[in-house]
This record gives sequence, C-alpha cells and structure tokens, in this order.
Amino acid sequence: MKIIICLKQVPARDAVLRLNSASCWIEESDLTFEVNEPDLYALEEALRLKEKHGGEVVVCTLGPARAQQAIKEALAKGADRALHLDDNVFISLDAFGIAQALAAAIRKEDPDLVLTGLQSDDSGFAQTGVILAELLGLPHATIIMEIQAQEKSLKVKRELEAGWFEWMELPLPALLTIQSGINKPRYATLKGIMGAKSKPIQKLGAGELALTAEALEPRQKITRVYTPVKAAKTQFFEGSPKEIAETLLDKLKNEARVL
Amino acid sequence: MSETILVFAEHHAGKLARPAWEAIAAAQHLAGDLKAGVVAAVLGENPGAMANELAQADVQQVLAVASPLLREYTSDGYAAAAAQLIRERKPQYVVFSHTYQVRDFAPKLAARLGGGLASDCLGYRCEGRKVIFVRQVFQGKFYADVEFVGAPPYSVSFQASAFREDAVQRGPAPAPVENVAASLDASTIRVKPGERFREAKQAVDLAQAEIIVAVGRGIKAPENLEMAKQLAEALGGELGASRPICDSGWLPMDRQIGSSGQTVAPKLYLALGISGAIQHQVGMKGSKTIVAVNKDKEAPIFEVATYGIVGDLFEIVPPLTDAVRKMKSR
Ligand SMILES: Cc1cc2nc3c(=O)[nH]c(=O)nc-3n(C[C@H](O)[C@H](O)[C@H](O)COP(=O)(O)OP(=O)(O)OC[C@H]3O[C@@H](n4cnc5c(N)ncnc54)[C@H](O)[C@@H]3O)c2cc1C
Repeated sequence: MKIIICLKQVPARDAVLRLNSASCWIEESDLTFEVNEPDLYALEEALRLKEKHGGEVVVCTLGPARAQQAIKEALAKGADRALHLDDNVFISLDAFGIAQALAAAIRKEDPDLVLTGLQSDDSGFAQTGVILAELLGLPHATIIMEIQAQEKSLKVKRELEAGWFEWMELPLPALLTIQSGINKPRYATLKGIMGAKSKPIQKLGAGELALTAEALEPRQKITRVYTPVKAAKTQFFEGSPKEIAETLLDKLKNEARVL
Repeated sequence: MSETILVFAEHHAGKLARPAWEAIAAAQHLAGDLKAGVVAAVLGENPGAMANELAQADVQQVLAVASPLLREYTSDGYAAAAAQLIRERKPQYVVFSHTYQVRDFAPKLAARLGGGLASDCLGYRCEGRKVIFVRQVFQGKFYADVEFVGAPPYSVSFQASAFREDAVQRGPAPAPVENVAASLDASTIRVKPGERFREAKQAVDLAQAEIIVAVGRGIKAPENLEMAKQLAEALGGELGASRPICDSGWLPMDRQIGSSGQTVAPKLYLALGISGAIQHQVGMKGSKTIVAVNKDKEAPIFEVATYGIVGDLFEIVPPLTDAVRKMKSR
C-alpha cells in the first residue's frame, strides 16, 4: 500500500506567541515549532499500516525551510521519503490553495491512501484534508479513530459527537483525516535518526507542480489577528498558595455557595 | 431581487438537532444586517415533517430536498445534493453550524462550488456591505478577522452556541415549503455508513456529579493524577479530564469532558492545567461555578471561569486539598 501522509509544522504548544507588527499573523522569528499533533497520529497510523500490509510511506509537507525539521522527524520515525513543497508563493495560502498545491504533488504519486490530521493547531480551519479529497476525486472520511484495511477497501471508525462512533466503509484509493488519540505515536530511535539522513527529500515549487497564480488564488483571507477581548467577569486571587486556598474556599462557601 | 442566505438544517435520523436551530438563528441575524432573505434547506429521504417544523421559523422559504440516496448521511450524497441546490438558487451566503457532519462535507462542497468556507466562526460584524467573520486561531489564544475574496457563494460555519437556539425568530405564519427532488446517481456515493454506537463500558456518569475536579495536560504525568484525585475526594467530587489525558490512556474515556466526551453541568467545576479549547468548553461551560488554575494568564479557560488562579497547579493544589480537609473536619 502506498500511503501519503500530509504533515505540517505549527508553533510548539508551550511557545509564547506574540502578534507580528502588522497584526495579521504571529511573529515567527525566535519561535519553536513542532509537528501538528493530529498529524503525528496520522503518521503513526501510516507506519503501522505499512508494517502490516507492506508498501511505502511518503511524507508530504508544505511549508518554509524550517519545515525540514518536521520532515526529518517523520523520516526518522520510519517514513521512506518526503515531498517538501516550498515556494514563496505558498506563504499565505488559504486552505483551498494549500490543498491545490498538495493535490498537484500527490496526483503524480498515485497513492492508495492519503492521511492527514483532522485540523491544525494554528489556523484550525479543519478543511485542507477534505478539500484535498475533493480535488483528488477521492472518497474520504473524517475524524477517524480506527482503520482496518482490506484488499480494495477500508473499514474505518469515525468519531461522532458526545462519545458516539460509527463504522463506515470506503473503497481505495481514499483519504482519511485522523483524530488525536487513535494510537500511541512512537518515538524516533537513534538508528532511525541516523537512517533518515540518507532518505530522499524532494523539493517542489509552484513551477515544478505547474501551479498557476490563479489556481492558488485565495478564497478568504485573514485580515487581522488580535488578543480576544475578555468578558472579564473572572475574579483572580493572588498571594501565597495557602492564602489563595483560604480565599478560594471562603468564596466557594460564602459567595458562590457551592460547598 | 434581494440576496438569499441559504441555511443548512442538520438532523439525525429525521430529528432536527440543536445545531439546526443555531444555524437558523445565525442566518436570521445575518439576513437582518444584510437585508437578505433566509431560505432553510433540509436533506433526507422524507424530510417533509422536518421542513414543516422549520417553516415555523421566520424564513422566506423551506426547501425539503429529498432522495432515497439521502436516507443516511454521506459526504458524497450531501455534497452532491447541496451543490445542485446552490447552483440553482445562487445564494450569497450558505450558513452551517460547525458540527462533525458539517466538517465532513462543507469543505468539499465549498471547493466544488469554487467559493470559500470560513469555518468554526464565533460571530461576525458588518462594515457597510462587507461582512467580517471572527474565528479563533492558535487554539483560542488569538482571534482572527476573516474576509471572503472572489465570487460567492460564501460559506460560513458557526461554533456551537455562537448563536442561540432560543434566539430563533418565529414567523407570523408558516413559511412555504417547496419539495425538491435531488437527482443523485448511486454510483457517486462511495462511502457506506454503518451503525452508530457507543463504547460499552461507561463506569461513571459525570453528568450526575455535583463537583468535578478536571485535569488537563498541565498535570504532566500520570503519577501526578493522585494529587488531583485527593482534591476530588476531599471535596466529595469526581475526577474528569480533557481529551489529551484520555488519549494518552491516563484516565478512561468515560472521564473525558467536551464535545467528543461528556457534557457536564456540576455546581462546581475545577479545571486544573486545562487551556480551555472550545471543544472542552462546550462540555463544561454550563457549570454553575468554574474555578480555573492555569499558569498562563491568557489561557482561554479564564474566559469562562468564575474564579481564576494564575499559577502552578503543583503549588496550588496540595494546600487547597489541606484547606478543604480542614474545613470539612470542622
Ligand atoms: C473534533 C475535536 C474534538 C475534540 N474533543 C475534545 C473533548 O471532548 N474534550 C477536550 O478536552 N478536548 C477535545 N478536543 C481537543 C481540544 O481541541 C484541545 O486540544 C484539548 O482540550 C486541550 O487539552 P488541555 O487543555 O488539557 O491541553 P493544552 O491545550 O495543552 O493545555 C494545557 C494547559 O495547562 C497549562 N499548564 C501547564 N503546566 C501547568 C502547571 N504546572 N500549572 C498550571 N497550569 C499549567 C498550560 O498553560 C495550558 O493552558 C477535541 C478536538 C477536536 C479537533
């Protein structure tokens, strides 16, 4: 089975985020980045499917030079090779444009299965995977918590709201968006890290992918990013932990009357 | 002719769900600002009864879009039927609630129609005829203004309870219902849905708990759960968690609170090291009193907290547990 795993880099979870001077995105210099969490689970799922059924796992990442780090991590964990979509015209694409670029790269690979995370921890549009399926003409299923691969089809467990699930079937080739928690992602081994160094990373720009400016035209744009205005009804307590504990209990007992 | 806002009414097995009414409330609101008309659409095998129910709302028209192939939800069937409808009716905006079902087919639909989809929005504001949608980015740490570019239809999905079900305006008389036959080809529906089910073992019912002490990723390691457990015991409450704690297997899934777990409304909810992502908030913001302990003063959990403590939970919790024990023994 040939599997493409789309994986992106996002600011590290504990990173302190600051707005950029134009207030239209965050300041990316001096920031640490990591692989988007759901994408890590998608990668793990791809590696497990390969271990079980054979085949190849190809990482596909759109992002600037720094994204190499995410790609290397995936290769160290066991992916076979990578496509790195990097071009100045890719910088401010919306979900549709990103899916267009990914589709152009993935089409040439003709995979059996495409996996993506269900959404990213930065923009969080939760659209790229589904748009990608439409552009590739593939059936898809979202928010997947289990995959059983058969010869020519997949049986997948789709998460629904409020603790419900649904089994569904779809023919291959197909695209799935993966939910966090589907598996326990592995760590890279030292051997894997060494081995990754010789794995091929193919760089692809808009030219190589025959992408016109028109195809990448955004359908929406983020015009401003800002700190949320707090409704600010919250009462904050300060002091030593012991003082805070006493004040809180007093409030819970005598003001909120919940104790 | 005035512009149309098409609103999609979600249902499960023939029953209109809360997101359907929230979407209608959103569409009515937007229509008020744009002086547009609202048309509601419901898709199904026999959507007639639901269409009649929707017609009670103050809308221009209700479309009952029927096909045997719409008996069960599939992304293929819904996207195809909705695309047909939108191509015919040419609405300016298409409004959804940001549910699992909408996440599954709306991006496909928008891509097919060539318009944008502003997903998971909190609200919007108007500047003249221009509508600016507001949504969270970076897991709620920041908000972003989003504008559409290019040609309509512009699709937008709103977060749960961004607009309230009880804000739906009723019409003076039922709106006209039009039956629309969707022409779908069975061979284009590639996904086959099966039964819906719940994982069997449900050891605790957190919905019954009066006090919940919930832990998030700030608890750092499974061995630290004991500390939270002791606070819960001292308070006579139950232990709950955010999703990553259950994903990691530190606590069973029946302790998970949020959109994919339990919805709770205890009289007291303590959130320890939980950032307060929307998917967590929807499961607990109905709690009477919310206490949040988080070392990041910008954490979104403080937006719903009654009482906030900016600090390290490992320093705050032990003395709090002691103080609770002392109070109870008095
Ligand atoms: C479709 C979908 C469904 C989802 N369903 C759910 C759901 O049902 N329930 C749910 O909870 N999530 C759900 N999520 C995940 C959700 O988006 C968040 O990722 C998750 O809630 C984050 O959990 P957290 O707050 O524990 O972790 P984080 O967001 O990592 O937050 C950890 C917090 O701990 C604080 N912290 C760290 N150390 C300390 C310390 N020593 N003292 C005090 N504070 C500290 C940090 O400042 C931070 O705010 C869902 C996501 C999706 C996409």
